[in-house]
Amino acid sequence: MTETTNKPAVHTGKPVLSAEGVTMRFGGLTAVDNFNLELRPGELVGLIGPNGAGKTTIFNALTGVYVPTEGTVTINGTVINDKKASEVVKIGAARTFQNIRLFKDLTTLENVLIAYDEFIDYNLGQGMFRTKKFWDEEKTAREKCMDLLKIFDLEQYADGKAKNMPYGQQRKLEIARALATNPQVLMLDEPAAGMNPAETDELMKTIEFIRDKFNITILLIEHDMSLVMGICERIVVLDYGRTIAEGLPDEISHNPDVIKAYLGE
Amino acid sequence: MDKAIKKSYIINFSAVFLLWLLFYCGQQFGFISNYLIGIIINSCIMIIMATSLNIVAGFLGEMALGHAGLMAIGAYTGAVVSGWLLDAVSLPHIVVLVLASLAGGLLAAGIGALISLPSMRLRGDYLGIVTIGFAEIIRIFFINFEPTGAANGMTGIKRLTTMSNSFWIMAIIVALIFTIGKSRYGRAIMSIREDEIASEASGIPTTKYKVLAFALSSFFAGIGGSLYAHYQGYLDPNKFQFNYSIEMFTIVVLGGLGSVTGSIISAIVLTVLPELLRQFSTYRLLVYSLALIVMMIFRPQGIFGRYEFSLSKFMDEMKDKKKDKQKGSAA
Repeated sequence: MTETTNKPAVHTGKPVLSAEGVTMRFGGLTAVDNFNLELRPGELVGLIGPNGAGKTTIFNALTGVYVPTEGTVTINGTVINDKKASEVVKIGAARTFQNIRLFKDLTTLENVLIAYDEFIDYNLGQGMFRTKKFWDEEKTAREKCMDLLKIFDLEQYADGKAKNMPYGQQRKLEIARALATNPQVLMLDEPAAGMNPAETDELMKTIEFIRDKFNITILLIEHDMSLVMGICERIVVLDYGRTIAEGLPDEISHNPDVIKAYLGE
Repeated sequence: MDKAIKKSYIINFSAVFLLWLLFYCGQQFGFISNYLIGIIINSCIMIIMATSLNIVAGFLGEMALGHAGLMAIGAYTGAVVSGWLLDAVSLPHIVVLVLASLAGGLLAAGIGALISLPSMRLRGDYLGIVTIGFAEIIRIFFINFEPTGAANGMTGIKRLTTMSNSFWIMAIIVALIFTIGKSRYGRAIMSIREDEIASEASGIPTTKYKVLAFALSSFFAGIGGSLYAHYQGYLDPNKFQFNYSIEMFTIVVLGGLGSVTGSIISAIVLTVLPELLRQFSTYRLLVYSLALIVMMIFRPQGIFGRYEFSLSKFMDEMKDKKKDKQKGSAA
């Protein structure tokens, strides 16, 4: 426990992601109200809350899918409010989805290669006529992506279709794909959804491992309390679009507002 | 480039070359009639049209029902350009044909990129309707455009398309479409088909790649159109009707959306079949629709699905089988 409580002090430095007063309204419905968040390099932060609290909406606002009605989102010093999702990825924030969104009919390796596209450097002509540059670039890209698959123990699936992998591996592939874009911030939307305890356990280890290995910041939405309490250093709790608590896992689990939101009065 | 790839290039090239040699000798020594040569040229043009449509319909996964319109642009542009070139300078016929086809392809690519703009907002059947609209606009434009003969059609086009040049242009285009499909561009385009949101979230600028897919598809369609114009020597704007677009789409669906080899086989079958069924020409459409219905029931993914036939792989497999047999008999 002492180790956990000490950790947040380590993370200083300029925030890689900051959300200031982000509000999302859909017509008359305020899905997210005045949301503030600062992620410092290397942090592992959990975002929790009951169903419909606005967690995924926040994710969409942070990754350029939605344009916030009010407030600003800054990633790596760039305001991303008016940026498209693909541009946000290049700025340095990658994400996964709550319901797995893989390129199902493409191979596992191709899934990762597509996300790695930004770092492949040959143009259409070189690709069409298969110049030396094409072969060199494709070779390095394939090696890099295979390395990434190896980290997740997915190399044996590399040439099979993504949809033919077991569920747990598909989740992992989605994380691998997000990492291929070389992000500074990784946002995981319910990575443990649909996993059994053993798989969740393995996932926890993987998440901590990639945080240390790739030296990135992770924001995590999760329902699975054991996962959140186990690895997150800081937790933000949402209810009806409002932040009702923020703090260390220990504080959160004893916070009366949080208990009320989850269990009712 | 490693050895296996080099080997497969050599095998594929030799196969294509041998096929051409067969046709060529047949034409020279007269055991392939002019009628059959005509079917071969038509097949080549249809293969170009089907494989190019496959970029949008198969790789990008969008319903594009205006391919005949893009072909018309290539056909008319090619015909006009070759007319100018033949008047102005004396170049070898093949150079004139290539230049005219490139011009036709480029203009078609421009128009194709324009057609792709609604696809930023529309998908599926809605986009299908928009592309039909565009193709009809193009057709009606040519019906009323006096300089190219308006509704009377355009006459006096030099017949530059021969069996050999259409065959080789087709082979090059098919090879290029294949390599595009296997490059980062093909992957990016296919990722949009699989899941547009995930594609965007993986850093693929989907708008750019959609425009690219439409432009490439239209470029090759334009070339196909130009070959058609220089083969027929006459252009009737009503040839490029909605039905013709549907015919091309049918070919791609029957061959398997996303399979280049499937499109090729299906284009050949659907060009040759009507010729064989000539005495039953009244029932042609009936057979067509029956074939489609049977197909959709028993093999909805098309003949090939997304599978690509590879000659070198096939030969390797045959070798393995032989080896297995020998081993079996030895044991």
